[in-house]
Amino acid sequence: MSDTLLFALEAAANGLTAGVMYALVALGFVLIFKASGIFNFSQGVMALFAALTLVGLQSGQIPFSHLINAIFGTRLHYFGWSLPTLVAIAGTVLVMVAFAWLVERYIFRHLVNQEPIILFMATIGLAYFLEGFGDLMWGAEVKRLDVGIPQGMSLAVDEATFNWFGYGFYMDTLELWAALIAAILVAGLVIFSQYTKQGRALRAVADDHQAALSVGISLRFIWVMVWTLAGIVALVAGMMWGAKSGVQFSLSLIALKALPVLILGGFTSIPGAIVGGLIIGVGEKLFDFFMGPLIGGATENWFAYMLALVFLLFRPQGLFGEKIIERV
Amino acid sequence: MLDAETPQTTAEMSTEANLLEVNNIEVLYNHVILALKGVSLEVPRGGITALLGGNGAGKSTTLKAISNLIHSERGEVTKGSIVYDGENVVNMSPADLVNRGVVQVMEGRHCFEHLTVEENLLTGAYTRKDGRGDIAADLELVYEYFPRLKERRRSQAGYTSGGEQQMTAIGRALMSRPKMILLDEPSMGLAPQLVEQIFDIVSRLNTEQGVTFLLAEQNTNVALRFAHTGFILENGRVVMEGGAKELRENPDVKEFYLGMSDTGRKSYREVRSYRRRKRWLA
Repeated sequence: MSDTLLFALEAAANGLTAGVMYALVALGFVLIFKASGIFNFSQGVMALFAALTLVGLQSGQIPFSHLINAIFGTRLHYFGWSLPTLVAIAGTVLVMVAFAWLVERYIFRHLVNQEPIILFMATIGLAYFLEGFGDLMWGAEVKRLDVGIPQGMSLAVDEATFNWFGYGFYMDTLELWAALIAAILVAGLVIFSQYTKQGRALRAVADDHQAALSVGISLRFIWVMVWTLAGIVALVAGMMWGAKSGVQFSLSLIALKALPVLILGGFTSIPGAIVGGLIIGVGEKLFDFFMGPLIGGATENWFAYMLALVFLLFRPQGLFGEKIIERV
Repeated sequence: MLDAETPQTTAEMSTEANLLEVNNIEVLYNHVILALKGVSLEVPRGGITALLGGNGAGKSTTLKAISNLIHSERGEVTKGSIVYDGENVVNMSPADLVNRGVVQVMEGRHCFEHLTVEENLLTGAYTRKDGRGDIAADLELVYEYFPRLKERRRSQAGYTSGGEQQMTAIGRALMSRPKMILLDEPSMGLAPQLVEQIFDIVSRLNTEQGVTFLLAEQNTNVALRFAHTGFILENGRVVMEGGAKELRENPDVKEFYLGMSDTGRKSYREVRSYRRRKRWLA
């Protein structure tokens, strides 16, 4: 096998693991958009907030300690314990459930039947609020997140590929784990929405709010449910990206990577988010590999958006976007 | 009990005989548009009651006021009471009403387009707490009444025909084991033969399953043939009520809603001027 082909394969494999992460972030958008028609601008900040909460719980940080110290002149910082990762994750899930409930109770309940643009604006407001609130609660410094997944080159992949091709691929262990966890989460979500009563209700609400109400489905409950699911997706995304590059503000920008994924896959399709994420992950790595040297590199920054633009021109509903059913 | 009674005696009837009583309700949309201006009606237990009238008369609004689906359309009941089975249900959530046995089949079917026919039916059982076995049994029952749905169970509802969608919508309502179905315009956009078929099934559900029906319908002719009692709405008010037979034979109803009169068919122009004159005199 030629060297070029091997290098390309390596790039593609790395692209696949990155793509799974993009898919994960995009999924959070799709869930909320499907069930309520809200494009949730705050999805990225939710990932940041979830990661901050996870680190805070894990390291036993006292919430709002900066605020308390500033008002009372105390010097509180830590409770002095550190929670096991799994307990901290469970705690963070509870926080995300509470967050979902509050969002429904205090924001979207009052905006029922408003124009999509108004709902969208509300999520922009929510994003900025949550960003500030997260900083106030846990502090703004960059934090290290360790969830117990080893980082660095995966020796197993290196060895296996060396035996097959005579050339060891470089792949990050953390990214492999992230891909695996994301895949499990995605499979779980698909099973939930296709085969359970609540999942069916979720799809019913996505199709027709009025009809869902008429059969006795509570929209409020479904909305709390999807925001909780989106919160859990945000937690996993925040956890993986946070473990990779530290928990800091830039984490919330991963949402921007999800936009081209959504345009590619369609805003309403769970499989679309997955396939879209993979295509963008692999696409940007391969494009950088083949075209990068010709046009000066750094194509990863814009390739996804260019691809999205092309899709907007030729297939605006995305690869798997629900076609509007029209009987003739 | 069900035919030929005057309004006075209806009002004096005990709540026992009536499953639903709507007392003088007003409905306001968006805080400004007064859609119902004091509608009162009674639905006898175990009967089929027809709500008749032209476009914009307030039939759909009345049904949605009962099921409280108007709330999600920025409407609200501002006056009057709605008593179902001895309990005031104004402002109760649609889910609570479904739990109590009142379910609405909306105008224009409103199937879940991307769900299969069977999934549509199963969402109807959303509020039920009894086991899968009972729900599966009821699914079979629905398929017995609508054999066509069994053939199409795996197709996406959005791709089925208008008649099949209407059947799906009624079947979905049945899955909640209702005591009362509010049926809005079942004949809309369906061929006459199919309309007949749907009404036949409604009639059978009424006698065999004991489901009480309140149906809004423009097709006065068909509705009055299958219903036991009827109310006629005009401009958000009840203008006439009585047994179906009595309404069918009422000269005004014949004139305005059934398009015939003792002197034979008239042209629309004559009917219109007749109607105007009638208003003028009244």
